[in-house]
Amino acid sequence: MDFSRRTVMQGAASAATAGLIAGGAALLGRPAQARPAQALRPPGAIDEGRFLGACIRCGLCVRDCPPGNLKLSTWGDGMARDVAIGTPYFEAREIPCEMCEAIPCVRACPTGALDHALTDINQARMGVAVLIDEENCLNFLGLRCDVCYRVCPVIDKAITLEKISNPRSDRHAMLLPTVHADACTGCGKCEKSCVLEKAAIKVLPLTIARGELGHHYRKGWEAANRSGKPQFDLPVQRLPEHAVPGDLAPLRSGRDAYDPAGAASANAERAGR
Amino acid sequence: MSSDAIVSRSFGAARPAAMARPGQEAVQAKGWWRAHRFLVLRRLSQIAVFALFLLGPLAGVWLIKGNLSASLVMGVVPLTDPFALAQVLATRHWPELSAFTGAAIVIAVYALAGGRMFCSWVCPVNAVTDAAAWLRRRLKISTGKAPRGGLRYWLIPAVLVACAITGQAVWEFVNPVSMTQRALIFGGGVAWGAAAAVFLFDLLIAPRGWCAHLCPVGATYALVGTASLLRVSARHAGRCNDCADCYAVCPEPQVIVMPLKGKGGAGPVITDCDCTNCGRCIDVCGPDVFTFTHRFDSRKD
Repeated sequence: MDFSRRTVMQGAASAATAGLIAGGAALLGRPAQARPAQALRPPGAIDEGRFLGACIRCGLCVRDCPPGNLKLSTWGDGMARDVAIGTPYFEAREIPCEMCEAIPCVRACPTGALDHALTDINQARMGVAVLIDEENCLNFLGLRCDVCYRVCPVIDKAITLEKISNPRSDRHAMLLPTVHADACTGCGKCEKSCVLEKAAIKVLPLTIARGELGHHYRKGWEAANRSGKPQFDLPVQRLPEHAVPGDLAPLRSGRDAYDPAGAASANAERAGR
Repeated sequence: MSSDAIVSRSFGAARPAAMARPGQEAVQAKGWWRAHRFLVLRRLSQIAVFALFLLGPLAGVWLIKGNLSASLVMGVVPLTDPFALAQVLATRHWPELSAFTGAAIVIAVYALAGGRMFCSWVCPVNAVTDAAAWLRRRLKISTGKAPRGGLRYWLIPAVLVACAITGQAVWEFVNPVSMTQRALIFGGGVAWGAAAAVFLFDLLIAPRGWCAHLCPVGATYALVGTASLLRVSARHAGRCNDCADCYAVCPEPQVIVMPLKGKGGAGPVITDCDCTNCGRCIDVCGPDVFTFTHRFDSRKD
């Protein structure tokens, strides 16, 4: 080996240049970590930070995806521009995950960036659906759309319809689509099929959609948290026997029919007193 | 590792007219086909590789799936790019077994055939940089300076360290090789910008800059092929008329000097792992000095 001053200096210069180039590449990669919320990773994708190290960008998952919803980001137009180049993603509003039972995309992954431990597609957590725009959701407007609920592959677990009375008419019910994150796979069928011009229900990454409860909280009503018996009694609701004049939600409080005129006169009476 | 500067001083400057169009003599001596044989075969090989990848999505015939980073042949045999896998490992992620099997197969094949045969017979960027070098000769562009050839070998550990620090496959954010081949197989217009950037870099900034000086993917393949069996030999060095056409077309001209001139007791076989086994020197040599052979073939006349 030649350890003359000249070769050592040249080696050092090359090494420094190489370091700069590698550092530059790492810096260029930084914006890629800010994946758009609507770009969803395939089932079983490991945590995004580690995913960008584990994914070899081969596209085998894309090739084995039957509905063809997976794409490799290409720095092309639209969302692809902002997803780390060469990595797989899908947009629920375009083509949602078909939730194949065999999960071929995960099985195709040679690096385990899609975790092979995922064998039950119902355990996939590609994101979580959030009914993000209640003001435009048809069910919140009092209509019976229910489409997101009907198409949910985990119907009645991931999305339920919760019945409440419609405060605008007080003689109708509203059936509110309600997502339960513990069962939602984030497949995006609800977002895809939302009948609005733009979906009111959207699948978002768990990191954005989910809060985190303080770890000291115990849900006493869940069996797992009970030590033999409930830690407290659920409060008993005491409702009046008859409609209270002026009560805005008399259906809850009694048997009497809705009587806006009576309520108005009662209010006037009260005001006159 | 690089003596390009010396080569271009001693040969390039001496015969500027011939350097613009090397291989003329060979066409006259051997005919067009034998003066372009390996060039044509290499281009066909490169096209064939991508045709095989595209046969699936275009015609539904899935002989090979994936891309050059990792693929699956006939649904059974995995192939993995060693440098891509090295990056994944550097992030301390442990891949599935198939990724290792794939890399082992790739390494075994190229260890025998010559690591940088990947560069000259498979990699699409090779056509881009060859085009840049061709245009450079035709337009007689002599400006620009390539970084030292050793830089690419420093880039391998530098990138892997960056992968370890950031936990991400750092080179894949900028790698024009994987971007170009991915754009060929999976589409995507903007990735072509990477190929265009390499072309302009080679044409205007650094002669043979990308493949011969920077690319850590090619450098990894070079290391894989350090002891490869298939090699080019300057067996008939005695016939050499010092036309220097081989230096003009060779992407790594420094590898030719010693075996051709037999200096320092060097044998006729080009054993330098930087040699891409492209065979272009065989094409352009009028007196047929060069030939493909194995590394232990020391015949010489």
